[in-house]
Amino acid sequence: MSINLGIPAVRTRGEGNLFAHEKFPTAAKRELKNQQLRANLRHATHTIRDKRINVVSELPDWEDLRESGSRIKENVMARLPELLEQFEAAFTARGGVIHWANDATEANAIVTSLIRATGETEVVKVKSMATQEIGLNEHLESLGINAIETDLAELIVQLGHDRPSHILVPAIHKNRTQIRDIFRAEIPNASPDLTDNPKELAATARAYLREKFLNAKVAISGANFGIAETGTLGVVESEGNGRMCLTLPETLITVMGIEKILPRWEDLGVFMQLLPRSSTGERMNPYSSLWTGKNGQDGPQNIHLVMLDNGRTRALADKNGRSALHCIRCSACMNVCPVYERTGGHAYGSTYPGPIGAILSPLLTGITAEENSSLPYASSLCGACFDACPVKINIPEILIDLRAQDVEAQHSVRKAPTEMDVLMKGASWALSSGTRLKFLEKGLPAGRLLAGKDQRISWLPGIAGGWTSSRDIPAPPQSSFRDQWAQREKFQKSQGPQLFQQSQASPKPTGKQGE
Amino acid sequence: MVGAKEDILSRVRVALQGDAPVTDIPRDYRQSGTMNQEQLIDHLTDRLVDYKAEVKVVLATDLQGAIAEFLANARSVVVPHGLDAQWIAGVADADVVTDSSEAPVPVDQLNATDAVLTSSAVSVAESGTIILDGTPTQGRRAISLVPDQHVCVVPASTIVEILPEALPRLQPSHPQTWISGPSATSDIELERVEGVHGPRRLSVIIVEDA
Amino acid sequence: MRIALFSTCIVDAMYPATARATVEILERLGHTVIFPTGQACCGQMHVNSGYFKDALPVVRNHVAAFSHGDYDVAVAPSGSCVASVKHQHPMLAHRCGDAGLAADAEEVGAKTYELSQLLTDVLDVTNAAEQLGSYFPHKVTYHPSCHGMRLLRLGDRQRNLLESVDGLEFAPLPEADQCCGFGGTFSIKNSDVSTAMLEDKADSIEASGASLCAGGDASCLMHIGGGLSRRGSQARTVHLAEILASTRDNPLVIPEAQGGVVVLNGGTR
Repeated sequence: MSINLGIPAVRTRGEGNLFAHEKFPTAAKRELKNQQLRANLRHATHTIRDKRINVVSELPDWEDLRESGSRIKENVMARLPELLEQFEAAFTARGGVIHWANDATEANAIVTSLIRATGETEVVKVKSMATQEIGLNEHLESLGINAIETDLAELIVQLGHDRPSHILVPAIHKNRTQIRDIFRAEIPNASPDLTDNPKELAATARAYLREKFLNAKVAISGANFGIAETGTLGVVESEGNGRMCLTLPETLITVMGIEKILPRWEDLGVFMQLLPRSSTGERMNPYSSLWTGKNGQDGPQNIHLVMLDNGRTRALADKNGRSALHCIRCSACMNVCPVYERTGGHAYGSTYPGPIGAILSPLLTGITAEENSSLPYASSLCGACFDACPVKINIPEILIDLRAQDVEAQHSVRKAPTEMDVLMKGASWALSSGTRLKFLEKGLPAGRLLAGKDQRISWLPGIAGGWTSSRDIPAPPQSSFRDQWAQREKFQKSQGPQLFQQSQASPKPTGKQGE
Repeated sequence: MVGAKEDILSRVRVALQGDAPVTDIPRDYRQSGTMNQEQLIDHLTDRLVDYKAEVKVVLATDLQGAIAEFLANARSVVVPHGLDAQWIAGVADADVVTDSSEAPVPVDQLNATDAVLTSSAVSVAESGTIILDGTPTQGRRAISLVPDQHVCVVPASTIVEILPEALPRLQPSHPQTWISGPSATSDIELERVEGVHGPRRLSVIIVEDA
Repeated sequence: MRIALFSTCIVDAMYPATARATVEILERLGHTVIFPTGQACCGQMHVNSGYFKDALPVVRNHVAAFSHGDYDVAVAPSGSCVASVKHQHPMLAHRCGDAGLAADAEEVGAKTYELSQLLTDVLDVTNAAEQLGSYFPHKVTYHPSCHGMRLLRLGDRQRNLLESVDGLEFAPLPEADQCCGFGGTFSIKNSDVSTAMLEDKADSIEASGASLCAGGDASCLMHIGGGLSRRGSQARTVHLAEILASTRDNPLVIPEAQGGVVVLNGGTR
C-alpha cells in the first residue's frame, strides 16, 4: 500500500534567492553564537509579538476575519486562471501593461528591457519580497543599472552590503551604532558627527533619499494584492517611500506573484484588517496606496506589471502544501517562532525565512533543491505559527508533509540506509506490537547499567548523542508499566483488589529511581 | 516572452486538476458598526492622537479659524483646485498655490512648499484611517505627499466605524491613499520615529455639522 | 465508566509511576481501568519525522488495540500522543487510501482524551483536593506543552487542577507558552537550536522560584528534566498525574537534590 504524498506533477522550479546553501543546523549553529543578533532578535520578536496580541484582541471578530481571509485565498487558488484573466482585462483597460514571467530569469529580463526603454540607469525601489526573491537588484547592478532601496531597513541592508534577515524589519540584526557606522561610511554628505539616535538616522536617510525621489524617472515596486474585479494594485507601507515611488516617477514597474490576487474590492475589508495588525501590530499601517492602471495626470504615465510564477505553479500543484500560497507576507509566524527567534533569518538561506520560509522555499523549488530539504526540519512543531497566521496556513502540517517528501526523495536515491532510517525502521518494528514492546522492555534493567551512581545517563552514541550533548536521561525503571500492570492483575486474582503502591515488587527505601 | 502567459495558465490548470473545488466564502465578520456620530468622532480622534497626529474637532463655522491656526507657521501652502476657497481664506501670511491636473505644480516647487491643505473622502474610526481618493477636493497624490505638513479636513459625515463600511463608499478606479498618522518607521531597533519621507506633521480637523 | 488506559510508549517504558498514578486517580473516582495489552505507541515520532511508511504499522497497531474495545473512553497522560491519535492517525489512513482504517482511527480518536481533559470535561473534576484528596505541599510551576495547548486546546485545564491541589503553592512560569525545544527528533536533528530553547525554559523555571515544574507530557518533561539535570539545577520535573495522585496518607515524596543530582519524575509512594 503506497502513501500518497501529493507530490506535484508540475515541474517548474523557482529560481533566484530561494535556496539554503548550507544545511539549516549548520547555519543555525553559527548564528546562535552571535550574541548581538540573539539580543536584537529577542527584543524585536517579543516587542512585535506583544503589539500584535494587543491589537488583535481589540477586534471581536478577529477569528471571523481569519476564517474569511483563509477561505478567500482558497477560493482564489481554485479559480486562479479566471481571476488572472479578469485582473488582466481590468488592469489593461485602464492603460496598464501586463507582462508574464515563468521564472526569475524572465522577470529580470522583462524589467531590464522596460528600464532600458526609458534610458535611465538609476531606479528607486519600494520594499518588495518578489524582487528580492528573483535577485533583481543584483541582476540590474550587473548591467550597470543602480537600483536604490528606499525603505529605511532595506537601505541599511543595501548600504551595508548585507542580506535582509526578516520580512518586515529586514535590518533587525543591526543595532543603532552599526547603522550609524554604515550611514557615515556610505551616504554621501552624511555628517561625520552623525549620532546613533534613530531620529537623526532617519532624518539622514530622508535627506539622502528625498533628492533621489524628486529626480527619479523609474520606480520598481512589489504589490500586496491585485484585485481581480477592478484591476487594482495595492502597496502597504509605513514610511512614505512607497508613496514617493508610486507617485512621482513617470514609469512604474511592479512585480507581483500570481498568488497575490484577491477576487473582489470588498475583500480589502478583510485583508486590510488582517495584514497591519498581524504584521506590525498596528491598527493600520501609516500609508497604503491603491492604483488602477493609469490615472490621468495623477502619478506615473507608464504603468507595468510583471506577473511572476517562479515556482508558484509548482507549489500550487502540491495539494497538501498549496495553502502556503495564501501567505500575505505579514511575518507574524516568524515573530512567534522560537526557532527563528534564536537563529534569525540568514540561517534559512532563502528570501523567505522563518516558518513560512521553511515551507515556501522547498515548495517553490522542490524538496531536493540545494539544501532546502533541511528547512522543513527547522521546527519543533510547536504550532505557534499556525495560531498567529492571519490566513490560517497550517504550517506544522505542511512541514511534516515536506519531511515525508524529503524521506521519500532520499530513499529513492540513497544506496545505504542512514542511522536515522535504521532507527525508524527498528522503532517501527518494535512499536507496532504490544508483544514485541513487552519483550524489548525486558531489557530495561540493562539500561540502568548505563546510568551511573547518580541514576542518570549522560552519554549516548550516534545520533542519540544529539540528545545527550545537553540533556541527561534518567535511568530506566526496573520494570515497565505493562509488567507492573500484569503483576497487579495476577495479584488481584489471588488476593483481591490491590492498589499499585502496595503491590510494588520491590519497594525502595529511597526515592532515587525513575519509577 | 510571448507565450509565458499561456505557459503559466496551463500549469495552473494542471496543478488544480480535479482536486481544488471552488468553495463559498463565509463573511461572518462585522459589516457595519454601531457608533453614533459623537462616538465616531471620539474614536477617530483617539486613534489619530495615538498615531501622533494633531487633531481639532470644530463646528463648520469655526473651520476657517482652525485651518489658519494649523497653518500659522506655513509660509507657503498648496491646495487642490476643487477646494472651497473659503477654507484657506483665513491664512493671511502664506503664499497659496493651486494645483490641478491641467496645471500641476512642479515637484521641485512642492518640495519647497511648507504645507498642503486637502479634504478627504472617507475615514475609518476604528483604525484611525483617513482615505484620499484623488477627487477635486483632495487633488493629485503628489501634493499631499511632498510638503512637510498635511492639514486634512474630515467632514464628520464621512466617518465610518469599521473598514468594511468604507469600501462601498470608495471608487476603486480612483487612485487612493490611505493615511493613518504621519509617516513612521520602526526599522532601527524597533524604536518608532515619526516623519520619514511623507509629511512629518499630520494635522486633522474634524468638522461637525452645525 | 470503563476507561482504557493508553499509557504511551515513553510512560510505559520510562515513567511507569505516571501510568500508575493515572490508574490510581481514576480508580479513586470509582471507575474501572482496563489496559489493552496490544497497545504500544501512537507513531507520532515517525509521522513527525516524515517516516510515513514506517509510521503506518505503528498506527495500525494502535487503532487495532483500541478499536471495538469494551470501554467507554480512552485516556493518556500525554497531550501530544492524544493529538497524534486524534489528528495524525486519520490523516495517515486517508493518505494510504485505507478507508476502513480511517473510519476506525476516527472512532478511536473521538473516544480518546488527555488526562486533564477527561477529568475536567467528562468526569467533572474541578477541585482535586476535594474530589481526589490531592495533597502536595510544594511550590510548583507549570509548563503547558505545545500540543496540549495548541492542538488539543486544553486551555487552563491542567493549571486549574494543579491550583486546586491542597497545599500546593502555585508559581507562574515566565513565558510559559514558549516551546521547551523538544519537538521529537528536532531535539536531535537541530540539537543546537533545541538546546538554546531548553536553556531559556530552564532559566524561566529557575526564575519562577519553584523547585518543581509540572506538566502533562512525559516527553517534554523528560526533555526539560534532562536539561535541568545537566545544568545541575535544584529544580526538577514532575507529571501532573503524580501530583494529583499524591495524598496526605500517601504523599509523593520528592527527594532532596544532592550536589546537583536530580532524579527525574522521581519519588515513590
